[in-house]
Amino acid sequence: MTDVLSFIHFIVNGVMDFLVSIGAPDLIMAGIFYLMAAVTVLSALGVVLMRNVVHSALMLTASFIGVGCLYIYMNASFMGAVQFLVYGGAVAVLIVMAIMLTRRPDMAHSNPSRGALHQLGAAIVAAVFCLVMLIVSMASPFRTEASHLGDEVKGIADLMLTEYVLPFEVAAVLLLIAMIGAIILAKGVSENDA
Amino acid sequence: MTLDILHPFSITFMDMMNFATHIGLAHFLLLSAVLFAIGLFGLLTKRGIIPVLMCIELMLNAVNINLVAFNHYMPVDDYSGELMAIFAVAVAACEVAIGVALAFRIYRDRGTVNVDDLNSLKG
Repeated sequence: MTDVLSFIHFIVNGVMDFLVSIGAPDLIMAGIFYLMAAVTVLSALGVVLMRNVVHSALMLTASFIGVGCLYIYMNASFMGAVQFLVYGGAVAVLIVMAIMLTRRPDMAHSNPSRGALHQLGAAIVAAVFCLVMLIVSMASPFRTEASHLGDEVKGIADLMLTEYVLPFEVAAVLLLIAMIGAIILAKGVSENDA
Repeated sequence: MTLDILHPFSITFMDMMNFATHIGLAHFLLLSAVLFAIGLFGLLTKRGIIPVLMCIELMLNAVNINLVAFNHYMPVDDYSGELMAIFAVAVAACEVAIGVALAFRIYRDRGTVNVDDLNSLKG
């Protein structure tokens, strides 16, 4: 029995050493990145290309979740959680609610695009932007090693409540103003209230 | 190691394989550039208010990816970049709430959400 176990141990060790020697951990991490990037980019394309605006909203949510997974890939798990909660939850629900409140008779063609000339112009603008950013990205320092900053939530909380406490308070006031403003815009103010 | 764009012929096949298998800052910058370009394309081509709002959200997400990627891969000593991304998320949430309320109001007052029909400011 012990011989069998040690033989299995030997085989597994050999396979692991071989995998590490050909760079399998890097390959697996790269594969995960490409999978998440493909999900994100294809869903974003779906947002633009879908004919039905409800399908666009679904694709948008998939894209948000892909971006959240990429945050977790970069060890920013708190940022990923914020992305899932705020974008994948609140923003997605708000957008679906807006679609349902402004629904048209035929939802099948509810996401129209402009004519071919407009699309060509927009595609050229986007392609030029993409090309410029590609050159800039390639010229940027090719860094692959991560910085080790310690506990993420602790670091963010320390910064947020000391150095950046004023933007934190301003963000709180901004959220309150946005909430009141959204209610007033959507509900309206009657004459005798004013 | 830096990929020198001024000498493209000095890049060997091994350099390219190394670039493809070692995920770093440049990959995230490229991904966010592609996402931003898709959002820009949609912003310029869509006719409805709500698809335009969705494309703005895509572009904001691309910016947030940049902030987190720089914070993770550059030699910084605190989490300022992620904090900026969190503030950007808060502002984006406000923006989408106001945008949805505006879209609803415009739909109720004018019966349309087509941005081409909202031209009463045009002289």
